[in-house]
Amino acid sequence: MKKLGTVGTLLRIFPYAKSALPRVILGTLAAILGHMFALAIPNYLRNLVDQLNDKPSFTMLVLAVTAVLGMGLLEAIMVLLRRWLVLTPGTHVEAGLRKTLYAKLQDLPVAFHDKWPSGQLLSRVTGDLSMIRRWLSFGLVLLVANIFTIVVGFIVLYSYNWILATVFFVMMSPLWVLGFRFEKDYHDTARKSQDQAGDLATAVEESVHGVRVLKAFGRGDFMTQKFAQDALNLRETELKKAKMVSRLWFFFSTIPDFALGLCLIIGVWQIVQGDITPGVLAGFILITRVLHWPIDSIGFLLSMTIDARTAVERFFEVIDTKVDIADPEEPKQISEPKGHLVFENVHFRYADAPEDQPDLLNGINLEIQPGESVALIGITGSGKTSLTALATRLYEVTSGSIKLDGVDIRDLTREDLRAHVAMAFEDATLFSDSVSSNVLLGRPNSTKEELDQAMAIAQAGFAYELPDGLDTKIGEEGLSLSGGQRQRLALARAVAAQPSVLVLDDPLSALDVDTEAMVEDALRTVLKATTALIVAHRPSTVQLADRVALLQDGKIVAVGKHSDLLASNEHYRYVISSLDAAGKMIEVNN
Amino acid sequence: MSMQGVKDEEKIHLNKEEQKRIRARSMKLLGEIIRPVRNRLFISLALVITSQALRVSGPYLIALIIDKGVPAAKAGDWNLLYLIVGGYVLASLFAGITIAFFLRFAAKVNQDIMFGLRKRLFAHTQKLSIEFHETYTSGRVIARQTSDMDSLKELLDSGGNEMIAGLLFMTFTAIALVTVDASSFLIMLVSFIPLFFLTRWFQVNTRVNYRKTRVASAKLIVHFVETMTGIRAVKAFRKEKRNEETYKGLVEDYRSVNAKVIQLFGIYDPGLIMIGNITVAFVLLWGGWRVMQGDLGIGVLISCILYARSFYEPMENIAMFYNSYQSANSALEKISGVLEEEPSVPQAQNPTPLAPKKGHLQFTNVEFAYSNGKVVLPKFDLDIPAGQTIALVGTTGAGKSTMAKLISRFYDPSKGAVELDGVNLKELSDDDLRTAIVMVTQEAYLFSGSVAENISLGKPGASLEEIQNAAKAVGAHEFILSLPDGYDTDVNKRGGRVSAGQRQLISFARAFIADPTVLILDEATSSLDIPGERMVQRGLQTLLAGRTAIIIAHRLSTVSIANRVIVMEHGQMIEDDAPAVLIAGTGKFSKMHKAWRDSLV
Repeated sequence: MKKLGTVGTLLRIFPYAKSALPRVILGTLAAILGHMFALAIPNYLRNLVDQLNDKPSFTMLVLAVTAVLGMGLLEAIMVLLRRWLVLTPGTHVEAGLRKTLYAKLQDLPVAFHDKWPSGQLLSRVTGDLSMIRRWLSFGLVLLVANIFTIVVGFIVLYSYNWILATVFFVMMSPLWVLGFRFEKDYHDTARKSQDQAGDLATAVEESVHGVRVLKAFGRGDFMTQKFAQDALNLRETELKKAKMVSRLWFFFSTIPDFALGLCLIIGVWQIVQGDITPGVLAGFILITRVLHWPIDSIGFLLSMTIDARTAVERFFEVIDTKVDIADPEEPKQISEPKGHLVFENVHFRYADAPEDQPDLLNGINLEIQPGESVALIGITGSGKTSLTALATRLYEVTSGSIKLDGVDIRDLTREDLRAHVAMAFEDATLFSDSVSSNVLLGRPNSTKEELDQAMAIAQAGFAYELPDGLDTKIGEEGLSLSGGQRQRLALARAVAAQPSVLVLDDPLSALDVDTEAMVEDALRTVLKATTALIVAHRPSTVQLADRVALLQDGKIVAVGKHSDLLASNEHYRYVISSLDAAGKMIEVNN
Repeated sequence: MSMQGVKDEEKIHLNKEEQKRIRARSMKLLGEIIRPVRNRLFISLALVITSQALRVSGPYLIALIIDKGVPAAKAGDWNLLYLIVGGYVLASLFAGITIAFFLRFAAKVNQDIMFGLRKRLFAHTQKLSIEFHETYTSGRVIARQTSDMDSLKELLDSGGNEMIAGLLFMTFTAIALVTVDASSFLIMLVSFIPLFFLTRWFQVNTRVNYRKTRVASAKLIVHFVETMTGIRAVKAFRKEKRNEETYKGLVEDYRSVNAKVIQLFGIYDPGLIMIGNITVAFVLLWGGWRVMQGDLGIGVLISCILYARSFYEPMENIAMFYNSYQSANSALEKISGVLEEEPSVPQAQNPTPLAPKKGHLQFTNVEFAYSNGKVVLPKFDLDIPAGQTIALVGTTGAGKSTMAKLISRFYDPSKGAVELDGVNLKELSDDDLRTAIVMVTQEAYLFSGSVAENISLGKPGASLEEIQNAAKAVGAHEFILSLPDGYDTDVNKRGGRVSAGQRQLISFARAFIADPTVLILDEATSSLDIPGERMVQRGLQTLLAGRTAIIIAHRLSTVSIANRVIVMEHGQMIEDDAPAVLIAGTGKFSKMHKAWRDSLV
């Protein structure tokens, strides 16, 4: 994509700010008017000074004071008006961007989230968006208003005296060059600092999510050192930014004064020559004082604009990402869900897998009849979990197709597909919500009976004994529950969804033998009516299934009954059995 | 006590006492973060004062030009004019230089403050016990360390120095005005009255509202982090729409409180301008009248007006600073709350050194109950001789993991003592404790970075050879080599591309390389397939030689490498003997073992 400049990049935000634009424009007008009133004051003072010199009269003084007072009040009212006009819409734009970004992130496939450190996403949704808001309702408005004021100020200066004005104007011209050069240099540094802030957020997130590991190994200090290094990097970048801004600030604050100094000499010379009155010079000085702030401010408004630009860039990096697992344009529907799941020559590889590596799933053919349950067996890393993720389109097949009741799953909406196919993951993610909301995640309108039934099947009776029973709010990730308890709730959740296809990824790994046996007994009743694909590591889990499929080197190499495969297939025995061919425990000691 | 630590941190309206307490706490923190840089703060203040003093001389010099320079020039003496203008330009040049220098200097000081607090907060949250993390939730800890720190950053950026400088500028201006024309100064003094009331109004209203923004912003972050961390489950169970609804509500809450504080400032700021402009008008009226009477020079009048105007110029900066101060103050209230939290498992003050390490564990009269009083482990004694491998078995919820957490000192026992080689765990330094005792849990968290980096977390600075040896020992070497970049492969966020079993192998290698005296494995093999488990068990044979080990596993295959089996039920140890003895007997374990054997086929 062509690289956009500052203006081009910032313009991209305007479609999102449409509703706020009228008020932003009005606010800018108010700001300009306010500045105009401020600019008008010296004019009255100029006349006053001249008349005080000439022939003073009290009426004239009162008139001048009234005018100054009036202009002063109008200036304040305009500032009030500007803030009132611009600030609230600014927060609406920020909120809108935030919702858009959140929705987009939820829409983007899992592969995107694998790649992006969560801290980078967090820093975009917090710091960057408030940066954009501040620029829109403050930076932009003042930049436009101040530049306009400077232009008008110059016109007024010209009307006072063209020689002084020209001298002043020429003296100021280096500021333009400085401004342009600054824009170029500052951009990269601003970007770097925002990225580093994201890295820092990532480090914080990981240190919190991985706090158990860090504690268990006593690596808190080690992590703190690493974090400190990241924080130091950010510090360096911020200092670099400060250096650039300070240089710009120096020129923007001193050059106008140099110009004024020269004007003073010329002005006095003109007074001596009788070309101008002292009032003209006084008015001129007062106007340059009024212009002082607008000129000064250009420096930091410029850096703010560039900060906003990089924030917009970071925002669009997410928004521009194509959702490559999207809903079809003309979605089909399954009229009578039966749960007939067919994998046809399915290939899958991760986008960043090296080219010389074969596809992780290299031509999977598997048909699961309605109501049938199939166990998926294979060594660690053989692609079992990936295969289950394909069935709900958490990842997309590289080639081939998966059909549910005769319909390619890519022709279904994701919503529809995931209503038909429910999953229980091995690492059970629970949300900070009540037990019942967590269990009924896939079917929020279930009855109490259905909930109880799902809990019973998953042997999750422990949850009724929690302080508030099923209304107990469990921590994020369900961390205060044990691994086995979390896994049972995840299983209950999959069951409660009442899907036509259940995908269970090693659903019983954290359960003890007794509990496992009870869950299995209960699950059998569900599996009678439901199609299921079960990733299994243990013979006991395999027993749940009608058939077993063995995954090896990206292909299904054998399908059959557990006992048959055990007898006939050596790789199968290797993967699933702790017993040797003669039925004796394989000794680990040799 | 109310408002202690993070307790009640979402409370908005505080009573007087709470207000006082929380204010004292955040002011104390502010003092603490400023103390290390206070000398440099004085320097930067001196810089600002210099530049402000130079700037203040501006209007005075202009008055001089009009009142003295012009007549002199008219009389043909131009030197005076050149002198004054030269002084004006020089003053501005030095003001510019000091300001530029100040900006860099202040940035350094600010960044050091930020860095110091960041590190302190990070280190402190790492010290806090698991119990704290479980109740406070990760999203909040993250919010404290990100968005709250941002508020402080905004405060520093808006320039505490500039605020003081602004105040000084106003003081200088006031002094200059007194010198030039004292009666004009009196007019300005009167304007302080409305100024005071306006500021008071702003202060009271923003305090409450900024507190609300901190709470609302933390909620946003908590929800956001939870969604992104659990994105698979979100998608699989179609939670997107519902999440969007929730998030929309949170965004709107945050927006409306934020809009509220911004609007408060939107009234405060023009209010200040208005007071300033009215004052200028009155100074003009009073001065103009006296010029008419011939009591005052025009130049003096102009400098009076310039001073009166300049006096209110920094007001806007001060107001902005005060605004960010109010915002940062609410953030500091929250941050100081976290910092006030004491680890419920505190580090030893005067640690007893541990030497030599043998690995003898002893529980004496130990009881463990949750803070709500629910007893998990009733009083018991247990002696684990050095070098013994113990298998801890029992149904889920029997208290096995709690035992493991007591040994690894994630928790302290409610009563009694756990001792390692005769030293109470509470008396050990954290370093000694963590080198001696390492726990591997079922949740095999991987940090972003390479596989090698993740393994070497067990022993920072380990050579690649050591890392590979560890991986080989636990049977992880082959799969690591098959990854795109071998040991340098980035494991991605939460190990997205590494399967659960592989993650466990990596965390096993991590424990192996750490080489502890006591190793605790809490369901550390649950996701391994059978070949993987066989490899690990083979590795364990070497790993456990000469170490004390406590293994919790549902798969009883582990039992074959244990010297001793303890069966737990409802927090009590009901069987405790050598595996062979228990298997041969008729107890619980014998039954479990039989059931497990049957499950193997």
